[in-house]
Amino acid sequence: MKNKEILLGPLSKNNPVIVQVLGICSALAVTSKLEPSIVMALSVTVVVALANVVISLLRNTIPNSIRIIVQLVVVAALVIVVDQVLKAFAYDVSKQLSVFVGLIITNCIVMGRLEAFALSHRPWESFLDGIGNGIGYGLILIIVGFFRELLGSGTLLGFQVIPEICYEWGYQNNGLMILPPMALIVVACIIWIHRIYNKDLQEK
Amino acid sequence: MNKQGNTYTILYASVMVIIVAALLAVVSVSLKPMQQANIEIDKKKQILSSVNLEPTTQNAVELYSKHIIDSYVVDANAAKVENADAFTVDVASEVKKAQNERLLPVFVAQLDNGDKKYILPLYGAGLWGPIWGYIAVDADGNTIYGSYFAHQGETPGLGAEIENPTFQSQFVGKHLFVDGEMKPVAVMKVGQKPLNGAEYVDAVSGGTITSKGVQDMIENSLLPYNAFLNSIEK
Repeated sequence: MKNKEILLGPLSKNNPVIVQVLGICSALAVTSKLEPSIVMALSVTVVVALANVVISLLRNTIPNSIRIIVQLVVVAALVIVVDQVLKAFAYDVSKQLSVFVGLIITNCIVMGRLEAFALSHRPWESFLDGIGNGIGYGLILIIVGFFRELLGSGTLLGFQVIPEICYEWGYQNNGLMILPPMALIVVACIIWIHRIYNKDLQEK
Repeated sequence: MNKQGNTYTILYASVMVIIVAALLAVVSVSLKPMQQANIEIDKKKQILSSVNLEPTTQNAVELYSKHIIDSYVVDANAAKVENADAFTVDVASEVKKAQNERLLPVFVAQLDNGDKKYILPLYGAGLWGPIWGYIAVDADGNTIYGSYFAHQGETPGLGAEIENPTFQSQFVGKHLFVDGEMKPVAVMKVGQKPLNGAEYVDAVSGGTITSKGVQDMIENSLLPYNAFLNSIEK
């Protein structure tokens, strides 16, 4: 595989959320607002990329029988270090992320990419794969967060975007949008549209 | 050496654990002072937010020393407790004690126009984790001047809306005493009223459990201040 393909593949044809169906749980949890979606996207990108590099460097030394545990330890250590550094140097960001930082450990994309890619590729390719998958994941998160915040709260990044006059004319925010089920439905709509344009991905 | 053998596996695991543990210990110890400083600055910011000053991370320390003119600890009978520092009292563990055994921190703020406000800390539980806040009370010990709520991990868009200024501003002007009896402000679903006649604000829609948590927190944290609030009234 060419490097470009490794980096850009996860954006569409090999997207972690809508094609590999990984990381759905966090896509439900954090997308009721746009801002946490963006922050989560960034954090996951950083952690996947770094974890991919570390595992790729260690790949020839890891005993096969405990490789999952080794991956878990690397990811957990990385997440704790990131959390501690944020608390020391960017306390406001860390407060905003609160529990999400810890949730990164449980994101299936991280383990999925370590197992499927980093264990069998060189560090540079693994790094690109991590960045690509992080962005592919983030893209979906941001799209979902955008629609859920817009239709559910009438705001974007906390700013009112649906003008007051619409409410006076009887428009109402859709309360269902901020509840988790709508995240699934929005993701399903994205998958639907994506498959229309990518016929080769359609299941027979 | 056989990389799939038991000896190698055990050695590998042990070495890895030791390295990771050492790394985390070093990171934790070396960053501790900075984190501690951040936590203090953040606490000062929260206290200042409750009196509607708008502190930033940069000016919080300065504003705090300018506006918070006094702070002390009282007990449930409004008697001052000696040798206790209001800033370091762990409110989280105090609210679990019986009301008459608690250490009750009070921060006294003086605004630019000379008005005195009493800031009282709150601590309770939301849906997913702890919630906390500060309530600033006017010099009459009754009218709420401002409030600040924060949470650790309430649902964004639902329970997390308690930290939204629109929710917090509802408390302004409410009274803690109704007909001379302390009845802390309740948080009610739109259209409902508290049975005990207390004043109330609207709950966050979709955040019922968090809103209930805010109400319980206010009630549990403020009731022990009854004697203190009465004592400043006179």
